[in-house]
Amino acid sequence: MMELDDIDRALLRALAEDATQSAGALGREVGLSQPATWRRIKRLTDGGVIAGRRLDLDREALGFGVAVFLGIKLATKGRVSLEDFERAVSAIPEVQTVEHVLGMYDYRLRVVARDIADFERVLRRRIMTLPGVGDVEANVLMSEERRPGPI
Amino acid sequence: MLDDTDRRILRQMQADPTMALPDLADLTGMSTSRLARRIERLRDRDILRGPRAVINWRALGYSVEVSLRVTLDKTQTRAFDDFIAAARDIREVIEIQTFLGRVDLRLSVIARDMTHYQAIYRDQLLALPHIADIEALMHVARIKSEETLPL
Repeated sequence: MMELDDIDRALLRALAEDATQSAGALGREVGLSQPATWRRIKRLTDGGVIAGRRLDLDREALGFGVAVFLGIKLATKGRVSLEDFERAVSAIPEVQTVEHVLGMYDYRLRVVARDIADFERVLRRRIMTLPGVGDVEANVLMSEERRPGPI
Repeated sequence: MLDDTDRRILRQMQADPTMALPDLADLTGMSTSRLARRIERLRDRDILRGPRAVINWRALGYSVEVSLRVTLDKTQTRAFDDFIAAARDIREVIEIQTFLGRVDLRLSVIARDMTHYQAIYRDQLLALPHIADIEALMHVARIKSEETLPL
């Protein structure tokens, strides 16, 4: 586990907001030289604290008006391998995230669709036909907000 | 409106958000200057933001992640506003989502271990206003997490 100081935390917060900023610009904000800032960012990346970079696209402007979270319970545990289910569900383009969870569901999916009719098509043709799928609960996303977290 | 060229650019950028402009120009078959103008236009219209750095909380010692599904007491007219405002004050809450469905709201909560989670749950989460029902899904593994749009 990596220990962070205040400067690391400030860099991490800034990069989580906008990773296009140069080491020079970030360094000026936290009071470090460009090379020193670059070394810190490299340490955060190499140490796995920065897992990667992700675009933040305006989903609705791009024509995906609906995002739905699905809770899925496997019906035939033991007979269908989790790997088979995971491989099949991950291959569906409209499925953005797949999380294996413990509780009243086995998997939690985030699905995008153009509209509710399109979502119904994805649900019927692609999700309900997955190997071993049992109970499915759908909740339509109304709003979401990402928080900076404990840094 | 977006055309096929915009979609092609965003598709490639989603696949590798750190790709250099000249490489991206090669892949999309455009000149670098024309590509830069296109990207600028997408950024101006706020369709394209980021990339943002993705923080790996496990690498910072947060090994527990819980999805807390909350149903609110909707006889209270300010239930959503009050709840969300209070949830924002809890540092370990990294995501707040609202839904249309069986669940009203979902919080993503991270903690160092189960003891830490128990403390956050008792002292802060259960103290959030207007909760009618609450249930937890414990996070086991992330199978797919790129959150790409099927452009």
